Amino acid sequence: MPTSVGWVWLVVVLPFIGFLANGLISFLRPQAKSAVTAIGVGVLVAAFAVAVAVVAALAQGVESAPFVLTYWSWMTVGELELSVSLQVDQLSAVMLMVVTGVSALIHVFSVGYMREDPGYPRYFAYLNLFVFFMLVLVLGASFPVMFVGWEGVGLCSYLLIGFWYLDKSNADAGKKAFIMNRIGDFGFLIAMFLIFQVTGSLSFVEVFEQAPGAFAINGGMITLITLALFLGCTGKSAQIPLFTWLPDAMAGPTPVSALIHAATMVTAGVYLIARSNVLFAMAPASSVVVATTGAATALFAATIALKQWDIKKVLAYSTVSQLGYMFLGVGVGAYAGGIFHLVTHAFFKALLFLGSGSVIFALHRAYHATHRHEDAQDMRNMGGLRKYMPWTATVMWIATLAIAGVPGFSGFFSKDGILAATFARGHEHPVFYFLWVLGSVAALLTAFYMTRLMIYTFHGPNRTGANEEQHLAEAPWVMTAPLLVLAIGAAVGGVINLPHVLPAAGWVEHLFEPVTEMSHRYLPEAHLSVNAEWMLIGIATAIALVGIVAAWQLLKPAALLSAKDAAAETGFQRVLWKKWYVDEIYNALFVRPTVWLSRNVLWRVVDAGVIDGALVNGSAWTARAFGFIGSAVQTGRLAWYLLVFVIGTLVLLRTVM
Amino acid sequence: MQAATGQELLGSALAVSAILFSMGVAGVLLRRNAIIVFMCIELMLNAVNLSFIALAQQLGPDGQVFVLFVMAVAAAEAAVGLAIIIAIYRHKQTVNLDKVNLLSG
Repeated sequence: MPTSVGWVWLVVVLPFIGFLANGLISFLRPQAKSAVTAIGVGVLVAAFAVAVAVVAALAQGVESAPFVLTYWSWMTVGELELSVSLQVDQLSAVMLMVVTGVSALIHVFSVGYMREDPGYPRYFAYLNLFVFFMLVLVLGASFPVMFVGWEGVGLCSYLLIGFWYLDKSNADAGKKAFIMNRIGDFGFLIAMFLIFQVTGSLSFVEVFEQAPGAFAINGGMITLITLALFLGCTGKSAQIPLFTWLPDAMAGPTPVSALIHAATMVTAGVYLIARSNVLFAMAPASSVVVATTGAATALFAATIALKQWDIKKVLAYSTVSQLGYMFLGVGVGAYAGGIFHLVTHAFFKALLFLGSGSVIFALHRAYHATHRHEDAQDMRNMGGLRKYMPWTATVMWIATLAIAGVPGFSGFFSKDGILAATFARGHEHPVFYFLWVLGSVAALLTAFYMTRLMIYTFHGPNRTGANEEQHLAEAPWVMTAPLLVLAIGAAVGGVINLPHVLPAAGWVEHLFEPVTEMSHRYLPEAHLSVNAEWMLIGIATAIALVGIVAAWQLLKPAALLSAKDAAAETGFQRVLWKKWYVDEIYNALFVRPTVWLSRNVLWRVVDAGVIDGALVNGSAWTARAFGFIGSAVQTGRLAWYLLVFVIGTLVLLRTVM
Repeated sequence: MQAATGQELLGSALAVSAILFSMGVAGVLLRRNAIIVFMCIELMLNAVNLSFIALAQQLGPDGQVFVLFVMAVAAAEAAVGLAIIIAIYRHKQTVNLDKVNLLSG
């Protein structure tokens, strides 16, 4: 094993040190912002540097990957032997680079965005802790270690969504995210128990080696395990039916949305499936469920994004939609394709979120300067911002072209790869053609709603307000510099996995071959002819351009009114604006029955009646009743005692004789 | 008139003993005068003595020895008990047990 790979523990530990230091500072010296900046950003830059060294070393000795580094024994219970160990292979290396790289950039951005916030040290402590758990998640060498990271990022997500917890709606959004993730985690736990029951192990290497012998292909057990794992993924990665927490999670600071709710944490589900690719390849029925859910989510979330006015809500539904693409990819067996879209998405979506953060920052500053209380996130209050924020407008256009799938930009290659892989399996079963159609329609909507966002934000007349206009300005360099780095990734990131018809194609696919080789045994061969591939590229290009041009032609930013003057939506537009009423439906189906049950049965009957009444007060009442009888006997009169004594003696004599 | 057999005498003696004992118990329970209560205790002791003597006719002389012991203890008890009653009377000007209730809470 190359020695530098052994440093991987340092990548994990550095953010944790940052968390401890910033946590201490937030208690002891909350004003020491420069120290927080130095520590918070410093540990991430250092972690990124070490990660680069680790990956470079991995590239040297890549033939003997995966490297599993065991640090200490966690628990030994019966047959279960768990150790705390990290796994470095091609898949975790890619995730390692994305997580540390994007996190470092977002930490830098946060320095500018959160500068005025009184909770600055607390913010960086949470953010460092998040990176620590995310690294545990992607580097863990067994399901339980991964689960620790999985739960840890959920905790940090909760803490950061409710970062401004004085506002009740923010705290509620945090709770919603946490509770919906619990539903998914239940699936993850069930899957772990079943895997241990069948294989007697939980470490990735052992489970995946034993899987071909331990499970029947498409058998009941493997299908159950993979579906339970996928339930975990729908919670963490915001897929139907557990997606409603992610748009609400936008209550957190915008860099948090960029890091946790776009680039890293929400992609954990895709990583889990790519990691367990052997299990999913052996369960084709589950894989179809994954692909169908992904395609349906991609389309469903895209329709909602069409009609949102909050700039972050558009991006949130866009994230849900793009995560759907990733699940479509891993569902049809294109594990490398799914991870490739994860990487490009991390670039362009982080860029979009940070760009929107920059816009919100500017609007917030303008409204602050004139002491007006308007929604700084509503696109109806923006418009024409490219004059004031040329850098932000430029980089966000790059990201928009990438996510819309314009050829040459990263998103084109990754999205096209997934759709091509779906299409290629159409000869097996027509359902894959149907999924391809869903994905393509979602791609059209993606191009449309992203162009809509750009037009309403950066083009047309400004609607911020006459007095506010003079206060609009570009964000400081500490915020724009990370945008530029991400823009480079969003623009050219696609070169790492070009389509098969181009030279030097499929680098990521070749890289992942050792990770996915076992699953290839179970996946049907799906090769597209060169003509078909060019045709798909042509269709994808046409879809992207039609979406952009249609939005450009149909939308009239000049006719838009600012948020407080705008009329309410009507008809079908209102249905989309209200997000298909999913929250209301869930409220009626699950939340209200649960509350009713809790209040009328669990509280009034079980808690107040049984526990308080029968058990607590009942035992006290019984003791008091016995005490009452006992005290009545103790009169203190000697004659009474003697009488009892005589009666007792007589009774004894009667029984003995 | 035939002489009564040992068996019949035993039965009568035990019956008298039981009656005496019950009178003693009733006196202890019902009377309030400490001297009467004290005399009732003596009555109970002597009821027991009577049954000892009666049974000694059948079972050997152990019972008669016991009676001597009981009479000795009863004499000692009478001395101590009467002394206590006199002390109580000097202290409270009464020997009514209902008035002597310092320990009854």
